[in-house]
Amino acid sequence: MTEAPSIRTLDRLRAAAQAACRARRPEGQPVVRVGLATCGIAAGALDTAEAFRKAIAEAGIDARVETTGCRGHCYAEPLVVIDHPASGFPPILYPEVTPGKAGMLTRFFLGEGDPRFEHMLGATVANELIPSVLEFGRFNREQRLVMDRCGRLDPQSIDDYLADGGYGALARVLAGSPQAVVAAVGAAGLRGRGGAGFPTGRKWELAAAGSAPLRYVVCNADEGDPGAYMDRTLIESNPHQLLEGLAICAYAVGACQAIIYVRAEYPLAVKTLESAIAAAEARGLLGPEVLGTAFAIQVSLFQGSGAFVCGEETALLRSVAGFRGTPTHRPPYPAQKGLGGHPTVIDNVKTLATIPVIVERGAEAFRAVGTPDSPGTAIFSVVGDVVHPGLVEIPMGVTLRELIFDICGGVPGKKRFKAVQIGGPSGGCLPADLLDTPVDFDALSEAGAMMGSGGLVVMDEHTCMVDVARYFLEFTRNESCGKCTFCRLGTCHMLAILERICRGQGRMEDLERLERLARDVRDGSLCGLGRTAPNPVLTTLRYFRDEYEAHVVDQRCPGLSCRPLTAFYIDLEKCARGCDACVGCCPVDAVFTTRTRKKGIDQSLCVKCGECMVACPPEYDAVRRISPAHLAPVIERPPAAEAKT
Amino acid sequence: MLLNPSAAPPPTEPEVLETLGGIVARFDRRRALLVPILQAVQAQCAYLPPETMPLVGRHLGIAASEVYGVASFYNQFRFFPPGRHPIRICLGTACHVKAGDIILENFERKLGIQEGQTTADREFSLERVACVGCCALAPVAIVGETVHGHMQPSKVEGLLLQIQIAREKAQREAAAASPQAEDPSDD
Ligand SMILES: Cc1cc2nc3c(=O)[nH]c(=O)nc-3n(C[C@H](O)[C@H](O)[C@H](O)COP(=O)(O)O)c2cc1C
Ligand code: FES
Repeated sequence: MTEAPSIRTLDRLRAAAQAACRARRPEGQPVVRVGLATCGIAAGALDTAEAFRKAIAEAGIDARVETTGCRGHCYAEPLVVIDHPASGFPPILYPEVTPGKAGMLTRFFLGEGDPRFEHMLGATVANELIPSVLEFGRFNREQRLVMDRCGRLDPQSIDDYLADGGYGALARVLAGSPQAVVAAVGAAGLRGRGGAGFPTGRKWELAAAGSAPLRYVVCNADEGDPGAYMDRTLIESNPHQLLEGLAICAYAVGACQAIIYVRAEYPLAVKTLESAIAAAEARGLLGPEVLGTAFAIQVSLFQGSGAFVCGEETALLRSVAGFRGTPTHRPPYPAQKGLGGHPTVIDNVKTLATIPVIVERGAEAFRAVGTPDSPGTAIFSVVGDVVHPGLVEIPMGVTLRELIFDICGGVPGKKRFKAVQIGGPSGGCLPADLLDTPVDFDALSEAGAMMGSGGLVVMDEHTCMVDVARYFLEFTRNESCGKCTFCRLGTCHMLAILERICRGQGRMEDLERLERLARDVRDGSLCGLGRTAPNPVLTTLRYFRDEYEAHVVDQRCPGLSCRPLTAFYIDLEKCARGCDACVGCCPVDAVFTTRTRKKGIDQSLCVKCGECMVACPPEYDAVRRISPAHLAPVIERPPAAEAKT
Repeated sequence: MLLNPSAAPPPTEPEVLETLGGIVARFDRRRALLVPILQAVQAQCAYLPPETMPLVGRHLGIAASEVYGVASFYNQFRFFPPGRHPIRICLGTACHVKAGDIILENFERKLGIQEGQTTADREFSLERVACVGCCALAPVAIVGETVHGHMQPSKVEGLLLQIQIAREKAQREAAAASPQAEDPSDD
């Protein structure tokens, strides 16, 4: 049997890509790989890469610097892998590589073959010589199906992706029938990663049905959840996997037009996608006659303009058409009647990026990971009060406790874990007793939270749950499109009540009123934004009611976070005479020197930023925070003339 | 470093109209292009000058109010020119939990403006944004295009000072036209 044309074409492309990679990478040449996604750049990775280039050139060493995407270990950025085969060591991962460290590593490791063990995190692979990062929970508990190539490949290079086996799934799919793809995705049990968890196979089936003359595929890369960045990282680190998934989806449902709706706030992601699309078109992997077959797919970018509600699929379609992004009634679902009235499949970035994996490994293998009802892996951005924040890909069904404590290192310092917020503004806060909840679509919904997009914010004991609810409500109130009265006005009222409670002016009736309003907003709203907006309030009321009561009854904020209800003071027993650390750091000059040359805080000036608490040397640890505010001991400020030292 | 066109006097109305006309002419007359047109205008002018609405409206055959309605719906669009050094403070969830609001307040205090405003000399403007995707570095402030992670209130003054020094140096250099070797960026 002869090979299908798509597979033959791909083989040719791959051979060329491999040759190009070999030409670019002389065998045995040491290489420095610097992670250059947004998080790395923010941590100074551009300077690090430049420092390597300069040091290598100055020392006249034969080595090259390459850029990769994000490995998900954002706590350790700028993250660098140095692969120096001649040294005899495996590739080594170095965390927090400043330009200074870059010069040092060039000199010692690249120049003299000394890897400087004290600076490394570990080898990237298991080996007999040196400890490997796989000994850490943060590395060995993850299972990278979708993010496997993130941080390994150069996102700017289509050759890298092709040489690594990329676009193989597309070629395979093009050799078969569209129905077979839909069936495979259905059999894999893949559920949409955009939040709702709708079975992807079913959606595709719906869109492929009938004899529509035109169909669309839209990739939802709006990622509006303010505290989540998985989609961005996937795009910045491995754009071609998304494009491949997009093309497969288009083939499966019979679409010839695809739109990627990406946030304009992600300039690097936009740029990466633009160049990736151009590169794929130049190789005939997108555009007309994909891989030498009759299948054609035109991919365009649409930059979202920063409205959370536009992540909702019907609002997204309005926005693409050039209108205000207000949701419309469903049914008809976009899969039946979407853009311009044509069937439109809208899928999240992670959903589409999973498709090539399913095709490559088969539905069975995919189902073997995760739980029966939520197969596959989940990608979370774990941030907040946690030791190792970043992106984590785990099989569905892992418990929150494993995720937060075993994988991400738990809460830093000696602080206690208080809650974890999952699912952003539509999700909820779960307390410590629910840490054994497995992460899958259904278990999380049952607990009152939501898988959402995959944002997970860990909060320690110094977080106020009322304030968190207030924060999310402020967000949803601002982002409500204003179409439904309950959503538009209900969120305003709820926010007003929460603000009152945070100021210590709440009343006991407020709690009931909040619950009633929450139910009304949920029931009276058209789209998911309004229907889920009360979730943060409902879950905090359910699990942290005592905190609400403390605010209302005692004007006390148990998290020591609501500023009107707390005060800072300096424990004179502990304060060291003559130490000026806190004075220098106070942004409002509220710290003064007492007659005994110890320090005091002028409560009338203090803005409660907590800087003095950070600045106070740990051996004194004299700054205290207290709630209710009136409990702070009063220290008199001496008259101005005397205070001068 | 300068994001805005220049410190030169603001462009006159005919100039603005000419710029806008040039941008709009690049686009077809399709309603679906409304948002991309507005984005192109903002990319060039750093905000949407008031003349944008009627001009774009005429191009697409819709009312100026309709254009304004769409533009004002989206957070991305500005109706006032930002400062030469736009400062954006992230108040996404991670940054909120890590006290991003205190950073914002500190900038407000130091610059003497409120969030959403621009200083009288047009040097700085202050905005809040929801998550720039560097949550692991929270709290985050973005000055111009540079993201500063792990912000602390006490870092604010240094950051502003750095910009000031860089500007003064640039002015000195421009005046003397003899470049100096010293590097002002460091702390
Ligand atoms: C208010 C709101 C915001 C949403 N934001 C996003 C988003 O940012 N990204 C996303 O993929 N889906 C978002 N969704 C879900 C989409 O409506 C839709 O369900 C999803 O894109 C479908 O893709 P999936 O089947 O791959 O999950 C949002 C929904 C609502 C109600
Ligand atoms: S919350 Fe500030 S960068 Fe994400």
